[in-house]
Amino acid sequence: MNVLAALGDLDRLTSGEVLVAQNVAFAVMALTMVAAALRMVTTRNVVHAALYLVVVLAGAAGHFVLLGAEFVGVTQVMVYIGAIVVLFLFGIMLTKGSFGEDDGVTSEKRLMAGLVGLLVFGVMTAALVDSFEDAEVARAAPSTTAEVSDSLFSTYIVPFEAVSVLLLAALIGAIVVARKD
Amino acid sequence: MTFAVELAWWQQTGIRAVVGLLAVLLPAGTLVYLFLFKMMSFMQSRLGPMEAGPYGSLQLLAEVGKFLQKEDIIPRKADRIVFKAAPFVVLISTFLLVLVIPAGPDAWFIDVDTGIFLALAVSSISVIGILMAGWASSSKYSLMGGLRAAGQLVAYELPLVLAVMGVVIQAGTLNVQDIVMAQATGEIFGWGGIGNPFIFTQFLGFAIFLVAVQAELTQPPFDMPVAESEIVTGYLTEYTGLRFLLFFIGEFATAGIFSALAATLFLGGWYVPGIDPTNDLFNVLGPAILLGKVVLVAFLIFWFRFTYPRFREDQLQQLAWKVLIPLSLANIVVTGILKVVF
Repeated sequence: MNVLAALGDLDRLTSGEVLVAQNVAFAVMALTMVAAALRMVTTRNVVHAALYLVVVLAGAAGHFVLLGAEFVGVTQVMVYIGAIVVLFLFGIMLTKGSFGEDDGVTSEKRLMAGLVGLLVFGVMTAALVDSFEDAEVARAAPSTTAEVSDSLFSTYIVPFEAVSVLLLAALIGAIVVARKD
Repeated sequence: MTFAVELAWWQQTGIRAVVGLLAVLLPAGTLVYLFLFKMMSFMQSRLGPMEAGPYGSLQLLAEVGKFLQKEDIIPRKADRIVFKAAPFVVLISTFLLVLVIPAGPDAWFIDVDTGIFLALAVSSISVIGILMAGWASSSKYSLMGGLRAAGQLVAYELPLVLAVMGVVIQAGTLNVQDIVMAQATGEIFGWGGIGNPFIFTQFLGFAIFLVAVQAELTQPPFDMPVAESEIVTGYLTEYTGLRFLLFFIGEFATAGIFSALAATLFLGGWYVPGIDPTNDLFNVLGPAILLGKVVLVAFLIFWFRFTYPRFREDQLQQLAWKVLIPLSLANIVVTGILKVVF
């Protein structure tokens, strides 16, 4: 890259065309998320892993807010942090005998898990690069909650109802499986 | 906010942070003194604290001073970092909650579209703090208390959210400021004298909300998680000094904020009839009006607290799943139908 192009880049960065604060926030959150994700899969303590997962999910919620998808961000907090991780922790604490570190957790399946992780990463990267290439994120106005609900209950009403029925079926299935009599 | 001088973004944010801190701590202190110290004592035919300050009004400061002096003990087998962080996680949830409550037409912290949904989402973060406290103490009483608390909080979060749905359907928005405006400008059968506080149309929702709040605060009669006759004080057992104080502040600050939410959703928030809701006067009067309504709602909460004996665990779960959730679902259906009809 020659000097002129670099200067042009600097110009772009300071002109308000690029949102500097947003990029800095993105970097801080992304680095925190990566660090927490790495600790999550390497720690030997299952409860710590669940707590690192909270950090990762909170970071994802932050990214949604940065992109102007406020409703999705709040839903992320409500569903994943408020419900799913709580159920994880609840399950771990009900079933686990000891308080401290647990050696046998990760050893056996490490190779397979690594392989699956690598595959998922490859597929996601290929799909994202393929569909967006070098397009910049549109700096449109943030999507309002009313817009989300309008599209959910008009354009996407059939998939929405289908998902609701699917969840209900899963719920009933769980009850049937768990019942003793 | 419109000031005579335009403030920079960081100055406004600084002011909001300080005011937010006051908005959490002042109602909490008021509630503890008025209800926990005085009202409970009068109900039990005693005087309560009388020595520190006139009528014991400085007792709270004395208590804070006492807690600050105590040693911060961490059990040897505890998970130190998680143990230390737990009270702060609970407090984070409390401080995020206060952000969505408006105290006047322009006196707000954040004016977000998702409003009440955001409040309900961040209120569920405290469960993680309680589970952290229960687990990291590495004591069986703490663990039992933490598990009981999590089971209870998850169960009662549903009626809490569903009770709010009725208000949201009626107001047609999640934005808390717009919900207040909808009540201020609403009419009861064409008569707009007092606006339309949603407590009239959503009384069932109000009742369910208050019961669910009581359970979310783990206050009697829903205090199985800290049942002192069975599990000492549950997840608080191993905490001393400052960290215990933080949990204590968290509980009563959350009581104040949930009362403010109930006042905002069902009693018209910062609005009183007789003044135009867009009048700038409300930016000054609003906080005081809101505090008055908070004390009113909190009176109900603490009245129940001092009156009823503790629920058994199975009774507690049955009340949530078999009574409150079906009732609130029915409330949503009826509200939805009436909304379409009228």
